[in-house]
Amino acid sequence: MNEKFDAVVVGAGPGGTAAALTMARAGLNVVLLERGEFPGAKNIFGGVLYRKQIEELVPEFWKERNFPMERNIVEQRIWVMGKESMVTFSHRNEAYKEPYNCFTGLRVKFDQWFADKAVQAGALPVYQTVALDVIRDGNRVVGVKTDREDGELYADVVVIADGVNSLLGKSMGIHREWRPDEVSLAVKEVIALPKEKIEDRFNVEGNEGVTIEFMGETSLGMAGMGFLYTNKETISLGVGVMVNHLRDKRIKPYAILEAIKQHPMIKKLIQGGETLEYSGHLIPEGGYHSVPPLSGDGWCIVGDAAQLVNFVHREGTNLAMASGRMAGETVIEAKNRGDFSAATLRLYDEKVKNSFIMKDLRKYKGMHKLLKEEDPELLFTKLPRALNEAAYNMFLVDGVPKADKQKMALKKIAEAAGGTVNLMKLGIKGWRAMNG
Amino acid sequence: MLHIVVCIKQVPDSREIRIDPNTNTLIRQGVPSIVNFYDLHGLEEALRIKDQHGARITVVTMGPPPAEKSLKECISLGADEAVLVTDRKFAGADTLATSYVLAKTIQKVEQEWGPADIVFCGKQTLDGDTGQVGPGIACRLNLEQLTYVGKVVRVDPEARRVRVHRYLEDGIEVVETSMPVLITALKELNEVRRASLPGMIRAARYKPVTWTTADFPDIEVSKIGLKGSPTIVAKTWVPEARKIEGEMISGDTPEQIAEQLTAKLWESDLAEKLGWI
Ligand SMILES: Cc1cc2nc3c(=O)[nH]c(=O)nc-3n(C[C@H](O)[C@H](O)[C@H](O)COP(=O)(O)OP(=O)(O)OC[C@H]3O[C@@H](n4cnc5c(N)ncnc54)[C@H](O)[C@@H]3O)c2cc1C
Ligand SMILES: Cc1cc2nc3c(=O)[nH]c(=O)nc-3n(C[C@H](O)[C@H](O)[C@H](O)COP(=O)(O)OP(=O)(O)OC[C@H]3O[C@@H](n4cnc5c(N)ncnc54)[C@H](O)[C@@H]3O)c2cc1C
Repeated sequence: MNEKFDAVVVGAGPGGTAAALTMARAGLNVVLLERGEFPGAKNIFGGVLYRKQIEELVPEFWKERNFPMERNIVEQRIWVMGKESMVTFSHRNEAYKEPYNCFTGLRVKFDQWFADKAVQAGALPVYQTVALDVIRDGNRVVGVKTDREDGELYADVVVIADGVNSLLGKSMGIHREWRPDEVSLAVKEVIALPKEKIEDRFNVEGNEGVTIEFMGETSLGMAGMGFLYTNKETISLGVGVMVNHLRDKRIKPYAILEAIKQHPMIKKLIQGGETLEYSGHLIPEGGYHSVPPLSGDGWCIVGDAAQLVNFVHREGTNLAMASGRMAGETVIEAKNRGDFSAATLRLYDEKVKNSFIMKDLRKYKGMHKLLKEEDPELLFTKLPRALNEAAYNMFLVDGVPKADKQKMALKKIAEAAGGTVNLMKLGIKGWRAMNG
Repeated sequence: MLHIVVCIKQVPDSREIRIDPNTNTLIRQGVPSIVNFYDLHGLEEALRIKDQHGARITVVTMGPPPAEKSLKECISLGADEAVLVTDRKFAGADTLATSYVLAKTIQKVEQEWGPADIVFCGKQTLDGDTGQVGPGIACRLNLEQLTYVGKVVRVDPEARRVRVHRYLEDGIEVVETSMPVLITALKELNEVRRASLPGMIRAARYKPVTWTTADFPDIEVSKIGLKGSPTIVAKTWVPEARKIEGEMISGDTPEQIAEQLTAKLWESDLAEKLGWI
């Protein structure tokens, strides 16, 4: 079609919507393209949403009556799993109430709510429409081609926010197909449980909720992280496993989820629940080194499409929103200057680099290498097992002196790592990976 | 130029509908809304007439404000104008009250944009299912009516004639009549197109014309909404699912299995029921 827009945003997930909302508020003529029937229709995540980055776009959103929150997270638990045991660490705090730090949500509702904000601000929603490719004029991106009749959409800037499988990112050569070690495959079930059961089992009341992340023997010797989150009347239970490990072991992710559901500590929590839906999705886990250049002549890329995920802290939506907002702000600046070249849009890369997004990714930049190179059996089976055995023995009253128990426990842990020297080396590597 | 009015109703997507086992009523909450698909076939036929002869298409619906979404969908497909008739006072309407208000609406549409030559309705809706509204409108507006139309053979704007195929239980009826005419659409009528990108953009910007009771000064309040609806729901129930015993036929070769199957069919009373013997 003939009309030219200020910007076309491809993908109405958290990243794309944040960009569209930011630009529409500034009066830019923006189209928000989404392939789903409506935003969120087919999208899935864990999911924990974070107040801060939503608030920056929709102030005091939590006061809205029909804001689609599931439960406000007041407690976060980390479980290191043995075969039928666990060592846990958790933090609960009344200070996490009003305004929330983070809360559970469901994408079907949240994405729609969020995209409606952009539409109310003036962005033009064009849903059920797939962006097939970008349109170029020389090196410049000047629009996108969609799967509809008369489907060329021209704009000064294309904001690419089409998620981890980013068709456009690939077709433009911004990044190649992700390597199997740069993504993990997550599967998730939503399990219905009556409100009262959730309140009892998780020790919460009202809209309070709990998150549990677990790792250890539950991932069957692969690098994997499980999660269990409380929603209003459902539980989200899932696990993400590095794709290269799944490939090497020839294990299907749902087999892991099934095994998890049999773990005695998980089983009790979901007992009697009915599985309502089952879904799978990739999570970018390449980290710092996998992030491509974020802009060029006439384009920016945000969120998962640019690998902006902090998997150590399961933060993705907020990085997507923050990057989307920064991209939007940059396009507004470019519009003011009347210049949409790479030179101006590079401001966006700068913004991301100087924000928590890149600082956090840089901090954990060694994690990817660590997980790729260390034996997953060691990290995800042997060490968690040794830790569980140590804990078991320390709490067991059997007449053995505590000093002996402690010695034994340390020895077991060292053995699991292949000796004290190796354990120390691993400790140092781990520390470095976490503190790039 | 021809003026075509298309009546559409936003209905819950029946593929996702469930029935409350306690109250026997439809659980409407959380069920996505769609345009009643027979109505989309009516709109498509209107669009084809527009493509061929040129026409102005006005879409109307009576419903709650969220029905705006369905009107926008019609705009994306190529309708020129869309009217939402909405007011709490219209709520609870049965087919009598609905066709009264829609007839009034079409008259007002005619005042605004000229006389209607063709009115399209769906054969029936996915939720109410009565199929009475179309004929109800035709009676009130004194239109020729062509119901259960599976094919529009010819539209002649000069002679003001329309020839169609009516798909009836015992055959197809080929009939011709003159405009103004009301047609109720079957899904056999056509295949609904997909909106073009400019259509989607136009719909994204479009704000439907909204009329409330205040826009109909001569409307008789006793004929609208719950008050104007003599229909009484005496009882609703879910029919028992009939259990049919199945039988698995096994054998070593497909031929053996087929042989056994035909033998059994001949033995059963099915052969007679189907008129084979
Ligand atoms: C199992 C799992 C659990 C997770 N848990 C959490 C969590 O607890 N907390 C958290 O913050 N993050 C979590 N994440 C990560 C988070 O979901 C993502 O980081 C975030 O959704 C990225 O947002 P985005 O807008 O970049 O991409 P997406 O959310 O993937 O959105 C992309 C959108 O683009 C659309 N699209 C794609 N291609 C096209 C196309 N060609 N044309 C038109 N539209 C297109 C899609 O339909 C989609 O709506 C999780 C992810 C998974 C898979
Ligand atoms: C016994 C009974 C109980 C009912 N109870 C309820 C109830 O509790 N709540 C409720 O919401 N509804 C209820 N209804 C439905 C409501 O009364 C009807 O939906 C309405 O009067 C239209 O009739 P219909 O859906 O059968 O349309 P049909 O006559 O089947 O529709 C034929 C065509 O008319 C047109 N049309 C129909 N309605 C509209 C409209 N509103 N706007 C524009 N065009 C239209 C469309 O083109 C449609 O394809 C009930 C109906 C019956 C028969």
